[in-house]
Amino acid sequence: MTLGEALPEAPGVAFQRYLKDGELWLQHCNGCAQQIFYPRTLCPYCGDNRLQWRRASGAGTVYSTTVVRQRPERGGDYNVAIIELAEGARLLSRVEGIAADAVRIGMKVQAVIRAASDAQLVVFEPAKGVDL
Amino acid sequence: MSRGQLRGAIACAGIGLAGFGAAPGYSHLDLLGLAVHAALADAGLALRDVDGLFTANMANILPTLTTGEYLGIRPEVAVGTNTGGNSFVDHLQWGAHALHERLCDVALICYGSNQRSGKSAPPDAPPYEIPYQPRDPISSYALAAARHMHVYGTTRRQLATVAVAARQWAQRNPLAFARGPLTIEDVLASRMICDPISLLDCCLVTDGAGAVVLVRAERASHLRQAPVYLLGCASAQTHRQISQMPDLTVTAAAQSGPRAFAQAGLTPADMDVVQLYDAFTINVLLFLEDLGFCPKGAAGAFVEGGAIAPGGELPVNTNGGGLSCVHPGMYGIFAIIEAVEQLRGTAGERQVPSAQTALVHGNGGMLSAQSTAIFGTAAVL
Repeated sequence: MTLGEALPEAPGVAFQRYLKDGELWLQHCNGCAQQIFYPRTLCPYCGDNRLQWRRASGAGTVYSTTVVRQRPERGGDYNVAIIELAEGARLLSRVEGIAADAVRIGMKVQAVIRAASDAQLVVFEPAKGVDL
Repeated sequence: MSRGQLRGAIACAGIGLAGFGAAPGYSHLDLLGLAVHAALADAGLALRDVDGLFTANMANILPTLTTGEYLGIRPEVAVGTNTGGNSFVDHLQWGAHALHERLCDVALICYGSNQRSGKSAPPDAPPYEIPYQPRDPISSYALAAARHMHVYGTTRRQLATVAVAARQWAQRNPLAFARGPLTIEDVLASRMICDPISLLDCCLVTDGAGAVVLVRAERASHLRQAPVYLLGCASAQTHRQISQMPDLTVTAAAQSGPRAFAQAGLTPADMDVVQLYDAFTINVLLFLEDLGFCPKGAAGAFVEGGAIAPGGELPVNTNGGGLSCVHPGMYGIFAIIEAVEQLRGTAGERQVPSAQTALVHGNGGMLSAQSTAIFGTAAVL
């Protein structure tokens, strides 16, 4: 990249634009083929800056999970989990549609996009056929 | 830097710029990434060659962790001194020293800012984690504990054993904050905060202060106290936010520990007393494993057998630790001071008989940064 050239769309902006369209897209590195999260301007695995946006399957597995305990009058308990996507990247998120303490490590989940206050948010639900 | 000491010894090999003018949507780290890529290309080096990181900014309280994570590097030397606009000039001198001393081979000094087009955010709020409202730091450590339990069968009872051992040591320390009776059942019955971490798996919240004075060894031998010698010290880092930790059951203590031991010419079996930063009970298990006191996955059983409590084979956190002695936000200084007390032989009722070697391990962020120091008395020099 040469100074003076127009910069491409910022990584975080592109990520949100795809989410607004209801789709989860993540960067992949053209140098080492790794899927990358969070969006960046260079690959944290090899340093290459040829990153390509690809639509993610949204399929993932719970890598770890916790329940943040909170009094009911403050909104009650909620889940916080780390999800490992089928293509390799990990992100912090939550699993919805199931009791917060019923989420298990190893559970198959599927991404769902939710509108949050000022941005779109990727959350997860148990994948179809998961035995609850 | 004394005059002439490094004259001609260090040179600049690459420069990079990015995002001049306005770069809407780009974070300060995105711009930093572009500039770093350009500078390394200019130098004909790769990111993996960088083992020294020197950076500061006004957005990140932990700038070397946040920047290291973004770039995907795990520097052995990381300096985040922030003195304002002169910081990067200041970093030149620390980079030069680190290179001269062969602490690192490629020193990267870097900075990025989106002050014109960015919106101001609360300092250091990880943008891709905050929306999910983790109750940090507790949630992050809970995720690590949950993963350790899942992979190795570690139990809440084993975690509780860590808290009880700390309390038993605290009962021998008149300065400790929490000295009342504590049983495993008390810990298990305490209020759940973030599963599987309950209230008594968490460190205290206290006031406190500590200070350590270091001098050259030759001078120390002429002062009032028996010298306690620093034999080795190393740091390592893996990430800033918990979702980016490569393996939630392995910390960078697995790197800092062996490097510190190698410097000291000692092994875990040589340690008479051990101080491990216990912000949460899970920390102690992780560090016992990563520092080589027991195999990966075996720390639960190790502590359950009474190994780290008074009378056990490995005295750990003899002051009562962050769990029962003191924890005013940052605990590392207190771990050093307790090691020095033990090696001076002035630890009173909790004194480990004839302790000659001590390990101090500090933890930072969300299990992000690890530092290991090894101290010894004159007897082991």
